[in-house]
Amino acid sequence: MPAVAALPSPTTTAPLAPPPVELGRRLLLPLLVGLLVVAVLVSAGAGAVRIPVPAVVGILLHKLGLSSGLAFEPQQEAVLWAIRLPRVCLGVLIGAALGLAGAAMQGLFRNPLADPGLIGVSAGASLAAVTTIVLEVTLLSALREWLGFYTLAVAAFAGACGTTLLVYQLSKEAGRAVVATMLLAGIAVNALAGALTGLLTYAATDEQLRSITFWGLGSLGGASWLTVLGVLPLLALPLLLLPRLGKQLNLLALGEDQAAHLGLPVTSLKRQLIVLATLAVGTSVAVAGSIGFLGLVVPHLVRLAAGPDHRVVLPGAALGGALVLTLADTLARTVVAPAELPIGILTALLGTPVFLWILLREKRQRLM
Amino acid sequence: MFNVQHLSYQVGRKSLLRDVSFAAWPGELLAVVGANGAGKSTLLRLLSGDLTPSWGELWFDNQLLANIPAAELARHRAVLTQQHTLSLAFKVRELVLMGRYPYFRGQPSAHDHAVVQQALATVGLSDLAERSYPTLSGGEQQRTQLARVLAQVWEAEGGFLLLDEPLTGLDLNHQHHTLAVAKALVKRGFGVIAVLHDLNLAAQYADQVLLLRQGETVAYGPPAQVLTPDHIQHAFDISVELLAHPSLGFPLIVPVPR
Repeated sequence: MPAVAALPSPTTTAPLAPPPVELGRRLLLPLLVGLLVVAVLVSAGAGAVRIPVPAVVGILLHKLGLSSGLAFEPQQEAVLWAIRLPRVCLGVLIGAALGLAGAAMQGLFRNPLADPGLIGVSAGASLAAVTTIVLEVTLLSALREWLGFYTLAVAAFAGACGTTLLVYQLSKEAGRAVVATMLLAGIAVNALAGALTGLLTYAATDEQLRSITFWGLGSLGGASWLTVLGVLPLLALPLLLLPRLGKQLNLLALGEDQAAHLGLPVTSLKRQLIVLATLAVGTSVAVAGSIGFLGLVVPHLVRLAAGPDHRVVLPGAALGGALVLTLADTLARTVVAPAELPIGILTALLGTPVFLWILLREKRQRLM
Repeated sequence: MFNVQHLSYQVGRKSLLRDVSFAAWPGELLAVVGANGAGKSTLLRLLSGDLTPSWGELWFDNQLLANIPAAELARHRAVLTQQHTLSLAFKVRELVLMGRYPYFRGQPSAHDHAVVQQALATVGLSDLAERSYPTLSGGEQQRTQLARVLAQVWEAEGGFLLLDEPLTGLDLNHQHHTLAVAKALVKRGFGVIAVLHDLNLAAQYADQVLLLRQGETVAYGPPAQVLTPDHIQHAFDISVELLAHPSLGFPLIVPVPR
């Protein structure tokens, strides 16, 4: 008989000190919060009218009704309040939503390469937006009169929800969404939406083509307090609820059956994840166009620094997404001033090398 | 306890399990044996709630299994499946801690950490606690999953372990070690239902044996009554002889070429 470790009786368990938590894991979230605050202050000050960080702080305190010794000019206050701050706020909200949705989808699909785009969110939003741009005169004029400037945003959001719902329904087997089928259905629906978008683009006039192109590249240029207040309730739900699903997503990494054996309500978790991620990405695409790579790369970077535990990865991806988008938008506004680079181009330009670096690093580790 | 009455499971017109009845008690190791495709894994998936019976009733602790809330069931029975694909590179300790998730919200208590420590010691993996799961060998991964399952029901009163071919990929020592751990749990008042392939191991460790053939019960009872040459010939279509071991109290089952 082999030696068997004696089974200690459960009543005699002496309480042990919890194992030490790794440094990266403990420090990451405070570090990201600090960096985000700095990035927001710097970003709000950068642009044609330069506002130094002390002046930004002074204006913010002044707006809160606090007097500080920090000097600023009325013009700086006007620019910061009417133009910069709403844009920075929108960037923070959307960046956080995209990072969080990316981490949630990677957890749901049990695949680190998953992206909210896979289930048709972005393609559906694009199709709806392009439809609105191209067919505006004939079909949607009544809608446009009613919603005005927000027609495009509302249409894109509806398109995002519509395609996601379609993909989800297609992937259901006996009432349960089968994740592998969902991936395949997503590819099919993406292809169809892409083809229809192409068809509309083909029929578009030159002026419409320009709108389509700029919408597709993504920009935070349309930001105003009205936009920020408009997206806030829609983004607040995923931003507040997704980070609470960390434990559940950890269990999902074991496999769906195994997670169910541990008491996880798998079906309802999947539904929550899909609804919240669609809300996050659909809203973001609606107001800022498609901003690629953020949802894919940011969760990877967070896992690299802090390990795979979703209880850290989810808030980390939200903070990291907000940080990256704030910095990217600052660059987009300043590198070719007075013109602006579409932010989607920047995130893809910066994100691709980072992503490749992660892939190569993982490959090396596997070989060792 | 599990009380299984006339359990049947059917996919389309194909019947995978037909009219199987048995009871599994705490303090007993029930081995489910049979040829490939006999319905062993289907039975275990029904017991663990992955599949819903086509006919028949499944009772656990005097409640219909389907009526027990998942979170409550998770604190009384744990399941070790055959396939383990972990999509993220968790550490061994983190993975075993997942067995404690049904017990805490937010942060694990010191007690949860202590249970993880003991579960790891039980399967002999204390030294690998900080290793990344994907870097382990197949057998070590299997034992890590066993530790997770042990942590899940560590202090459950009359808790049950469902093990689907828990010995696959383990060396001789760890095959016996795993069953010895199961046996020790049984002595502590647990119930264990394990799908086994090796009839000799079943004869050596099981208190009850359920022998299946093409979804139907061939025999059910203590090993000495179930594992007879006739039953085995019927279930596996191979002739065997039983040799009494001179000192250990169980027979050796040896295939006899015709």
